[in-house]
Order: sequence, then structure tokens, then C-alpha cells
Amino acid sequence: MEKEEHLICLGIESTADNLGVGIVSSDGRILANEVEVHVPKTGGIHPREAAQHHSAEFGRVLEKALKAAKIRSKDIDLISFSQGPGLGPCLRTGATAARALAVYLNIPLVGVNHCIAHVEIGRLMSSAKDPLTLYVSGGNTLITAYESGRYRIFGETLDIAVGNCLDTFAREAGLPYPGGPAVETIAAKGNQLLPLPYIVKGMDLSFSGLLTAAILKLNEGQCRLEDLCFSLQEVAFAMLGEVTERALAHTKKHELLLTGGVAANKRLRSVIQLIAEEHGAASKFVPQKFATDNGAMIAWTGILAYVSGLRTDVETSYIDSHWRMDEVEVPWRSSN
Amino acid sequence: MEKLELIAKGAEADIWRDIDWNGKDVLIKRRVRKLYRHEDLDNQLRSYRTIHEALIMHRAKRAGVPTPVVYQVIPEEAVIVMEHINGEKIRDVINFVENEKRKEIFRIIGVQTGRLHKAGIIHGDLTTSNMIKEKTLIFFIDFGLAELSSEDEKRGVDLHLMRRMLISTHYMLEEELFKAFEDGYRSILGGDAEAVFKKMKEIEKRGRYVEREDTMDGDA
Repeated sequence: MEKEEHLICLGIESTADNLGVGIVSSDGRILANEVEVHVPKTGGIHPREAAQHHSAEFGRVLEKALKAAKIRSKDIDLISFSQGPGLGPCLRTGATAARALAVYLNIPLVGVNHCIAHVEIGRLMSSAKDPLTLYVSGGNTLITAYESGRYRIFGETLDIAVGNCLDTFAREAGLPYPGGPAVETIAAKGNQLLPLPYIVKGMDLSFSGLLTAAILKLNEGQCRLEDLCFSLQEVAFAMLGEVTERALAHTKKHELLLTGGVAANKRLRSVIQLIAEEHGAASKFVPQKFATDNGAMIAWTGILAYVSGLRTDVETSYIDSHWRMDEVEVPWRSSN
Repeated sequence: MEKLELIAKGAEADIWRDIDWNGKDVLIKRRVRKLYRHEDLDNQLRSYRTIHEALIMHRAKRAGVPTPVVYQVIPEEAVIVMEHINGEKIRDVINFVENEKRKEIFRIIGVQTGRLHKAGIIHGDLTTSNMIKEKTLIFFIDFGLAELSSEDEKRGVDLHLMRRMLISTHYMLEEELFKAFEDGYRSILGGDAEAVFKKMKEIEKRGRYVEREDTMDGDA
């Protein structure tokens, strides 16, 4: 088929607070990557409000993406969307838009696993071939690598994501949005390590107790916020570092990729870099607009899946808010 | 130091072998300084884990689980001197033994895990890399992340780790091996085992979306 030689895929990302529309060609060029963030007025993400934001903004973001890519809708060969995991109402909004576009344009639809998309765009952007990946965001904290047909999970959080821990703490401390970067800025002025629970269970992590302990210390008011932010980061990142290092030793991969929203944190980057050096692996980082939730990663993974023969029928294109990445066959990886 | 041989450089510790440590063939496990973590945190973790590991190894042996003999502990250097077990890691042998034998090994692993749990010990890193077969015995090693607890939640995490490592490393055999493991585990914990299996499944499902689930409205 002549057309398969050069495909253009439009990908829709809407797992949480980011609405993304990306347009990517099969040679790995990013033609567009438009993202709109829903910022809650108070508290954390409310799934329904975020979904309403996505549905209200979708038309505009789509138009911006087409304009940026300098293409028309008839140039699109394929629609992909984030099918899970994520917040149900948000996922459904993106899925509905994807189905409508695929039917209207009469082109194939491919549902993509959000976590796998993070790894795939990370590989594309950092030119990592077969990395061990630490993916850290507000909703996910996991260590994964490809082995025999699938992305296996070598470690993950047993409760909340590390980004959620940092964001929630920031909110409790009255720090401005976005919370993670605010904690990082303040932590840079801290230097005293306060005792906080360090919870690693085998290869898995737990951040909820750490969060509770940090909030208790905050409310006691006996320590400097700078030292508390510093300690929170030191403990959380040491936990991530420990499990990542052990997974690296276990899998013997030669590349260590850091991605997700928390990958912007400089202290965490230095942790990853030190671990990679220690094990003779190359540390790989992703430009931040491709490390946070975005449409381009969904579009690119859609192409990879489509080229290996995967399709999603509109009739059965339900979202799965708990879809684990290790349930997904990734045939495009078997050849390399 | 010249008579020492570095036999393993693990993620957490270096393991040296000394075939003549006061006349004994020993392993010297030294938890190494991790440059990526804060020095105070690093020292606390290493010294605490060293003492703890030695205590729990001893306790496990009392519960009927083979563990290496501990000869000496030096907390401030994060060093344990222990008996060298001359065997092979289960991880390395499991794919090369016949099916019935393999199931028997996992039944025994289940029995021994049951004994640990019954004695109030959570291993904390129950993987096939941390089990060594020597003659008729299967030694459990690396109690560095072990803790004392009898909670179903913690027991469930232990089993979850075991099962997850089976899926990621021995995925073709996962189902039947875990079945054999369950049989052995049940034979020790009896009625208490079911609650742990239930907890394990719950932990599996829990995965990553606990916080999100709480705020999710009417999801499929």
C-alpha cells in the first residue's frame, strides 16, 4: 500500500488535566503538539470539571493543531486516542472526539495505552533504543522495560503517585500552582534532613505515608518549610532511585530514561544521572513538552501500533481507566 | 583485602567472598554508599538495614527457613559476615529443570514463605534471585528489606512481589508455578492463607489509581 509509506496520525490525549492534540508523521516528525491545561480553581483535579474543560476546548485545540501542522483534515490517515489508564470522564471525552473524527473522515481508529505512549515518545525524542524507564507524574509512578513482547512493570507505587504526593503537599503548604515545581524551588533553600518515612517494599513504593507525615510536620510548625520541602524531595527521590537502581541491575539495560511531569525536577534528574553512571548506562531525558501528557505521544504510538496491524473498532473502543501497560502486546518492539 | 574476591555487585550491596575468614568460607556483605541520596539518609538506611537483616535471618532460621549463618555484624561499616552457601539461584535454575521438579521447588518456596509469615516475618523482596538451592535445601537470602509484621496487607505485598517477579521473569510458567506456591503456603498458614491471597489480588488491582478512584464519578 502506497499510503502506508507515509502516514499522518492525529492523536488525542485526555487522561487527566491536559487536553492534547498531536499530529505526527510515520517518519517520526512532530507536525503539531498542542496542549491545553485545565487548572482547577481550588483543590486538585475534579474529573468531571476537567472533562467539561476538554470538551469545551477540543474544537479550538484541534484547529490550532491542524494550523500548526499546515495540513487539512483530509491529509490525516489515522486517528489515535488515549484509551487508558486515567480519569474516566476525561478519557471518555477524548475517546468520543476520536470516534467522531474517525467516522467523519472515514479513517481507522487506534486506541493507545497512555503509559506506553510516554515511553514511546521518550524513545523517539531521546533516541533511546531499549531503555529502562522511570515514568513519574501526578497520576503514575512506575519503572518499566520491554521484555518478550510487552512493557513489563518492575516497580510501581502501591498507593499515590510521587507527583500527587508533591502536589498535594504543596497545596497544603499554600504554595502556588503547579505544586511540584514550587516545592522544588523552596527545597533548593533547604539543607537540613528531617526524619520522614522511607517506604520501599521490594520493588514497589508507597508515598501516602510520606505525604501524611510531611503534612503533619507542616501543621506542627516546628521546622522551616525550606527544610521540609528539601527532606520531602530527598526521601521521595531516594526511594525512586533505590527501586530504579535495582531494576537497572536486574534488567541490565544500557539506557535509563526519565519521563513524566516530575521529570522536570532537577534533583530527580541528578539522581537518575548518578545511577546511570554507576551502572555504565546512558541517562536519557525527554524535552519537557514531550515528557508531560501530550497528544504527539499518542499520535506517534498510534502510528507504531497501526503499522504493526493494530486497529480499534469504533463499536468496541471503550476506555479503560485502569488499563495496565503490562497487559498490552507491543508487536512493534519485537523487531528491534 | 587481596584474599577477598568480589563476587557480586548488587544494587544495594557489594558481596565479597573470603574462603578463609578465621578458617571459614564466608560472604562479606557491605552496603555501599549511594551517592544519589543524602548522606545522613544513606548512613541511617545502611546501618539500620544491616542490623535488621542479621536479626531477621536468625529469626527465620528459628521458624524453619534455611538462611545463612551470621558470623559477625559491623553496623557502622554496614557489614555482615555470613556463611557462604554453595548453590545456585532459583532464578537461574528454574527454566532448566523438569516440570514436576519445578513445581515442587515452588511448593517448597510456598511452604517456607508460609513459615516466615507465620513467624511474623515479611521478607520484603521475595524474588527468585533471593533464593538459593543447595543440595536439598532452598536458602532464603537478602533480608535487607525484611520487617516484622503479621498484617495481611504486608503478607499480601510479599506474595504480590513474588507473583509480579514471576510474571516479569518467568512469565511462561507463572500460572502453574504460582499455583504450586499457593499450595505450599496454604499448607502452613491454613485458613489464614485465603485472606492473604485476597489481599494480594486487591493490591494487584489497586495498582496506581487509588487516589484517582476516590474522586472518580461513575466510571466503567
